[in-house]
Amino acid sequence: MTDLATYNFAYLDEQTKRMIRRAILKAISIPGYQVPFASREMPMPYGWGTGGVQVTAAILGPADVLKVIDQGADDTTNAVSIRAFFQKVANVAVTTRTREATIIQTRHRIPEETLTAGQTLVYQVPIPEPLRFLEPRETETRKMHALEEYGLMHVKLYEDIARNGHIATTYAYPVKVEGRYVMDPSPTPKFDNPKMHMSEALQLFGAGREKRIYAVPPHTDVVSLDFEDHPFEIQHFDKPCALCGAEHVYLDEVVLDDKGGRMFVCSDTDHCEDRREHGHAGEMLARQEAAE
Amino acid sequence: MTAVPLLKVNDVSKFYGGRTGCRNVSFELWPGEVLAIVGESGSGKTTLLSCLSTRLMPSSGIVEYHMRDGHYRDLARMSEAERRFLMRTDWGFVHQNPADGLRMTVSAGANVGERLMAVGDRHYGNIRATAADWLRRVEIEEDRIDDQPRAFSGGMRQRLQIARNLVTSPRLVFMDEPTGGLDVSVQARLLDLVRGLVHDLGLSAIIVTHDLAVARLLSHRMMVMKDGLVIEQGLTDRVLDDPREPYTQLLVSSILQV
Repeated sequence: MTDLATYNFAYLDEQTKRMIRRAILKAISIPGYQVPFASREMPMPYGWGTGGVQVTAAILGPADVLKVIDQGADDTTNAVSIRAFFQKVANVAVTTRTREATIIQTRHRIPEETLTAGQTLVYQVPIPEPLRFLEPRETETRKMHALEEYGLMHVKLYEDIARNGHIATTYAYPVKVEGRYVMDPSPTPKFDNPKMHMSEALQLFGAGREKRIYAVPPHTDVVSLDFEDHPFEIQHFDKPCALCGAEHVYLDEVVLDDKGGRMFVCSDTDHCEDRREHGHAGEMLARQEAAE
Repeated sequence: MTAVPLLKVNDVSKFYGGRTGCRNVSFELWPGEVLAIVGESGSGKTTLLSCLSTRLMPSSGIVEYHMRDGHYRDLARMSEAERRFLMRTDWGFVHQNPADGLRMTVSAGANVGERLMAVGDRHYGNIRATAADWLRRVEIEEDRIDDQPRAFSGGMRQRLQIARNLVTSPRLVFMDEPTGGLDVSVQARLLDLVRGLVHDLGLSAIIVTHDLAVARLLSHRMMVMKDGLVIEQGLTDRVLDDPREPYTQLLVSSILQV
């Protein structure tokens, strides 16, 4: 090594990676349980995915292919900078294609394409404790997890129905993992909750500021909490994607002008591009081509 | 009344380092009985209540509870999970300050329903119906069910706290100065309500109070504490009408006559 500024592979030193891997292994063996770990300072601010980056750095190998998404998109600031970071410090191959990636670091979404065995999904988590806004004391929430006292979680859902007539929680919707731990699936829309259930891919969650790692191993039960008379439902959209015509996917609303014009497009950009390459066209795309 | 006591307290003491909280307290509480613990501030009433309700571990002595399965269990030897389960099903605890016993940021309905959800009730409609029923029983209008307790008056909060505790039909309720901080007319209404509920539900209750009028109205039996010791106990009317100990005589004679 002649270049003094060279970093260790994937930025973190080997002892730190070892510590994080031990936390990950423990998290995998107790699905949904939050394992404390000695989170490091990363060269980015808290809230930008320091937890996810540390998990990715700890599991990344030279042969891996990395994909990073932010709100489903591969080309937003957070995704671009984290992808560039790992290209620089690990020199790994990167991709935007879901099916080519071995590790996918994500913020707010699970890709539309079904993940397969051998893939790992790394979530960036801001607040890992699902009970936090109901019970501010960490000592108490730990005890509640230990004793499986989850009545309080339903108090929140009860409040939702009492105030809005339906369960109004749309993201960070609490789930029960393998019949034991209640877990916050990070701020993903509840649309993605069913994808976590019995997934073939390994799902790892890293919270950098809160110093917690948790995991959902492949083929694990993930059940969204609900009431018997108000069952769990995912969001539904009236129209298909305006660009690729996809139905039953999560859509983003894009404001087009100041006259009330708006369009709904896939939040998963890779999924949308892939469909368009295969000849699918939505309403807006068809109109655009006609204009040309 | 059944033939066995609900709670057996044997020689309970609690020391805070060199200081005494309460010393060598023994008594038995029978089903359906209301026991008042009276005494001046610092006499060890609240310490004793905390020891009985497992909020504090006694330094020595044994507290045994007659479980629903018919066996006595030493509370200090129960696991924390069992103790907490007992506390939110078979027991109630009414705090002096309702804010300590209520969740101030969730609606009245959810406050009452929390215990039901904690024991596994998962039907929104049923939970809400039960909550509405309990609000009615503690004289809170049903259309306040979606209001937060901070929109309630002090008396309403205290009644809501009582409803929240009674919803799982507990057999034993601990009350720490339940009427403290309320004005006299609201106090009277609350006492009337508690007396009715205790009678209708066949509850046992242990009430800590410095207010002898509260003890007179609610309790069958009372214990007078001073400096951590129980100095006199007996039927409420007997103790108040014919106090034996000089301290009790002083206490009874210090009631203001209007």
